[in-house]
Amino acid sequence: MADFGYSLVKSGKTDLDTAGNALARSVSEAEPGFNLCIACGCCVATCSAGRFTNFGFRELIHRIKRGEEKLMIAEAEKCMLCGKCTLVCPRNINTRNIVLLIRKHAIIKGL
Amino acid sequence: MDKTVAVVGGGVAGLAAAAALNQLGYRVLLYEKEAFTGGNVRNWDRLFPKARNAREVVDELASSLTGLTEIATGTFVNSVKSTDGLFEIESSGRPAYADAVLLTTGFELFDARKKEEYGYGIFENVITSADLEKMFASSGKPLMADGSEPKKVAFIHCVGSRDEKVNKPYCSKVCCVTAVKQAVEVREALPECEVYNFYMDLRMFGTGYEQLYKEAQVKGVNFIRGRLSEANETRTHQVMIKAEDTLVSRPLQITVDLVVLMVGMSPAGSTMTILKSLGLLGNEDGFAGIANAHTGSTLTLKKGVFVAGACSGPANITDSVNEARAAALRIHQYLGGV
Repeated sequence: MADFGYSLVKSGKTDLDTAGNALARSVSEAEPGFNLCIACGCCVATCSAGRFTNFGFRELIHRIKRGEEKLMIAEAEKCMLCGKCTLVCPRNINTRNIVLLIRKHAIIKGL
Repeated sequence: MDKTVAVVGGGVAGLAAAAALNQLGYRVLLYEKEAFTGGNVRNWDRLFPKARNAREVVDELASSLTGLTEIATGTFVNSVKSTDGLFEIESSGRPAYADAVLLTTGFELFDARKKEEYGYGIFENVITSADLEKMFASSGKPLMADGSEPKKVAFIHCVGSRDEKVNKPYCSKVCCVTAVKQAVEVREALPECEVYNFYMDLRMFGTGYEQLYKEAQVKGVNFIRGRLSEANETRTHQVMIKAEDTLVSRPLQITVDLVVLMVGMSPAGSTMTILKSLGLLGNEDGFAGIANAHTGSTLTLKKGVFVAGACSGPANITDSVNEARAAALRIHQYLGGV
């Protein structure tokens, strides 16, 4: 292809018609609390890993629901499993188990 | 006692007030412009938060009226004139006099066609929350225009609420929980159907509302924080909607089979007409003005004229009924009963 000196930027739009939901489905079946997030951000405020990286649990599960499976599996690796987010969650979500389930799904699916 | 109170509007507030006034010994002239009492609640199938049958509530309130209430259905009140503490009610029926007037004129649903970009009245699979209630009442489930069952439904919150573009800057209070209730009902009626609620904030203020929101989450309803910019019809008569997924700052789109617009509460046209005839004003949103927000919500600035329910601003059934009974006591005080 001829090089015209510019490139196309991929759309940053989320298209729920084509988004994959295998990871969201497998996690929510094993841990129904996955659907209970009210996006308060308490988990991020207390996150130890978030102090040193851009990791955030709220955004992690949000983007899994929007189909960004591969990226979020890599993101979940940043969690140190300290469990502080589980302690502060007002919806009593077992956040730690969700991270473990994401890792388990990745191993089983070879991702 | 031979004193008469005119109650204008036979919805839940009007019925509750008339019954309370009867119990206090007053004769009531209850005006209702439609052929039946029950107002907007009559057009609803089931009510939040516990899915109680709406008709049951109307029937309960109507059955507590006594022979002291004379109901004038199909009668539209044009104006009320006050002379020396006596009120002359001019209506499409015969003229009448009352010693006090209670406005329970309620609300009208926002006309969704005014939000043209959402396609109500243009795209066949865009309906309102009221249309969905009719479907629940007649067939127990949502249906697309061609009669088939939808596989994806989107609820759009705040249509005709919190929107200065349509001169509705206020929150209609009950649409959030209604959307959550209807989302749950869709999931129960059609378990395979995906449901998406597009909200700006979820205002779950009443008893049992937040629990209903959690129930919706448990039942797999998807909540997306963002207001729709527009809806477009696809070649297959589905509806493609666009919003920002504000929790991750990214635009988002989805194609659904059915869009449900959560229409808000607008002031009933008759409220302002009657207020003007009495020399009274509406509030900044066009609802009836009240004496003060904290301790005088059933009083107007004119002695002998009272208000209750959604005519002074969006209200749920519980608050409308309570306010109606509170107004009855205020009227009792005004007429010298205490």
